[in-house]
Amino acid sequence: MNSNISHAHGHDEHEASKFGMWLFIFTELLLFGGLLIVYAVYRYRNPAAFQLAGEELDVMIGTVNTVILLISSMTMAMSITAIQKNDRRMALIFLGTTIFLAVVFMVNKYFEWGEKISYGFFPDTTSLHELGQGTILFFGLYFVMTGLHALHIIIGVVFIGYILFKVQKSEIHSGNYYLLENGGLYWHLVDLIWIFLFPLFYLIH
Amino acid sequence: MSEHKSHVTGYRTHLMVLAALLVLTSITVGITRLELGPLNTTAAMLIAGLKAFIVLAWFMHLKFESAFYKIMVTLVFILFLLILLVTFFDYWFRT
Amino acid sequence: MNEQIATHHDVSYLDYRGKYKGIFAWILSTDHKRIGLLYLYTIMAFFVVGAILGLMMKIELFAPGKTIMGPQAYNSFFTLHGIIMIFVIVIPGLPAVFGNFFLPLMLGAKDVAFPKLNLASWYFYIIGIIVVLFSQFMGDGAPDTGWTFYAPYSFKTQANVLPAITGAFIMGFSSIATGINFIVTIHRMRAPGMTWFKMPLFPWTLYATAWIQLLATPIIGITLLLIIAERTMGIGIFDPALGGDPILYQHLFWTYSHPAVYIMILPAMGVISEIIPTFSRKSIFGYKVIVISSLAIAFIGSFVWGHHMFTSGMSGVSLFAFSFLTFLVAIPSAIKVFNWVSTMHKGSLLMRTPFFWAVSFLWVFMIGGLSGLMLGSLAINVHVHDTHFVVAHFHYIVFGGTGFAFFGAIHYWFPKMFGRRYDASWANIGWLTFFIGFNTLYLPMFILGIQGMPRRYYDYLAEFHSGNIISSFGAIVLISGILIIITNLIRSARHGEKTSVMNTWGGKTLEWTVPTPPPLENFDEIPIVTKGPYDYN
Repeated sequence: MNSNISHAHGHDEHEASKFGMWLFIFTELLLFGGLLIVYAVYRYRNPAAFQLAGEELDVMIGTVNTVILLISSMTMAMSITAIQKNDRRMALIFLGTTIFLAVVFMVNKYFEWGEKISYGFFPDTTSLHELGQGTILFFGLYFVMTGLHALHIIIGVVFIGYILFKVQKSEIHSGNYYLLENGGLYWHLVDLIWIFLFPLFYLIH
Repeated sequence: MSEHKSHVTGYRTHLMVLAALLVLTSITVGITRLELGPLNTTAAMLIAGLKAFIVLAWFMHLKFESAFYKIMVTLVFILFLLILLVTFFDYWFRT
Repeated sequence: MNEQIATHHDVSYLDYRGKYKGIFAWILSTDHKRIGLLYLYTIMAFFVVGAILGLMMKIELFAPGKTIMGPQAYNSFFTLHGIIMIFVIVIPGLPAVFGNFFLPLMLGAKDVAFPKLNLASWYFYIIGIIVVLFSQFMGDGAPDTGWTFYAPYSFKTQANVLPAITGAFIMGFSSIATGINFIVTIHRMRAPGMTWFKMPLFPWTLYATAWIQLLATPIIGITLLLIIAERTMGIGIFDPALGGDPILYQHLFWTYSHPAVYIMILPAMGVISEIIPTFSRKSIFGYKVIVISSLAIAFIGSFVWGHHMFTSGMSGVSLFAFSFLTFLVAIPSAIKVFNWVSTMHKGSLLMRTPFFWAVSFLWVFMIGGLSGLMLGSLAINVHVHDTHFVVAHFHYIVFGGTGFAFFGAIHYWFPKMFGRRYDASWANIGWLTFFIGFNTLYLPMFILGIQGMPRRYYDYLAEFHSGNIISSFGAIVLISGILIIITNLIRSARHGEKTSVMNTWGGKTLEWTVPTPPPLENFDEIPIVTKGPYDYN
């Protein structure tokens, strides 16, 4: 009702929204932080079972997905550079590439999960329950943590898609690109989380 | 548009950051193939921490932000590590 | 544009007609003052519900054996009482109502940093409440876990726990959104000249609170999500049969829920720090020390959660560490009490309703705090764990602390908020009834607890009868006090004598420099601050 009240504008608004985005990122970090605590406790209590269960994961798929996510983080960062240089076409290409890479990540994830489920490594199945407590915990955490991460990827794709649309309509430009910058921060957060998930699940040795 | 000029990071820098991250990724994968015992996890976490630092500093632009942002992010990580530590006061000594 | 803005300054936020009419002018408003009132009405309505649930429990405990309800019903009553009182009332309570309404006014700002997010936070809150209420009417009976949802019972019970947990999870978004809003507002929107140490104390406590809301809420969020996954998918994370550790659930739960106590009490301390200097006509004693204590409480308070788990089976080192940290966090809280008392010393005291609430806050907070120290020491804790002693202690802190500050705040700021005066003699009668009822209800519970009466039982041994009679009688007095206060406030908000006096009590903070009730945009011209917040010289 009082959209005509503008409290902060231009640079101020930009700073405020970036600040708000960082605060939101802190909540995300602690959300996954809670899961990391759970992981740390159970791995500490079941080191051998975690190592055995970890070997069931495909290091190849994990590595490929890590590389994909790192590249997508770079293309996202580059789209900001492009906007700053007023190069709308390149910005669109970079954003499109980011979305494409995110989709490839999800496709890999789909096959990876599908394989695990077909082997019966899924919560609350008798085949998993036969494998013992450490394995149950490992796969419980695996599905929750990578699942929550995948959910963030999906939200990121929607968010970046919206940004791409705004860039297309020139509503995001070199004078006003804080939405793009916040989208970038979010996407790097998703990358940041994966940087920890990858060694914790795929590279236990 | 404003007195504060935002920092523009060039494409080349982004490419070099990516290269560094990819090198670190291959080191992690390689190192966990070696038999280092519990050092494997330590090494993997240290490298992950380094990668996280690179992503925060360059991709998330923290290197070019005011000290206030750097302090905030550092404090959040410290807070998390302290909570983890205090939780482990229980698990390390549980009989 | 100027013409339109000019009219805004004349019209109060209550009378303003925007794009929407009727109720939509409120539930679609992004004005921080209207959002504050939306929270106020919701909280007051549910407070009455929660209080009635509490009264029913006290009536059940009037005599041994079944009085008005059986064990299962009693379990559902204390569960719903806890969920409503904790998640719906005291956690959002002071920040969402008085923080929303007065933070921008006290900072000299026109609104919070993100007004739309602010409105969204109220919707998250309402959706959360609706989902929680669903738990009462669907599935296999109302939840019976207590508000703590302890594993493994919370996913083993047949009761309808899922909506209750989901509702609490959704309300977490509301809390986080408010936290983000307040931190950015305080950092970026203080009036020119208002340096950090010229900021009033209520905003300071809101600032400390907002950080806890921001950093602790995600932990409970993920914990509740894990319980949801446990119930729906059986992932086994907290299931001892599958290798999970139920004590880890308690760790994570209290990693949030203990700091949540500081979400409740810090803004209460802020309100008291506003009322006491105003009614003592004196600058607050030790301003910086109060600020630093608030931040210290927020920080140290993040590492004391284990004192809820002294009998759960933690390691000995943990017991020692948590007990030590608990004693540590008492220091900054006690410092504040000395500050408030010193502020009143040699002041010219103005004996009005808000001051009565503030002084009685000191009384209940001291009893709550000192009994908290008793509970923080391991030997006593083992003896009185899960007895009425604990129930008495946390009601003295949570209800006594936050509740007294809440009623103090509403009597302090009521004329500013509504542009009307309340009936002072009824307000005083209400306060006195409330105060007597409160102490009659909870003081005997300390003794009952030491004697060994456990909490969360609908029945008790005959030897506890007399204490319970006094306590139940106190509950009836207390609820009468609540009804007197709320009736008086509602009647005064509708028919009270109109007032446009800007500064009702002679306060020095910025909210007393705007017209009563405040105009839509708060300040005609953003004030320039040159003095500290409590400058009575």
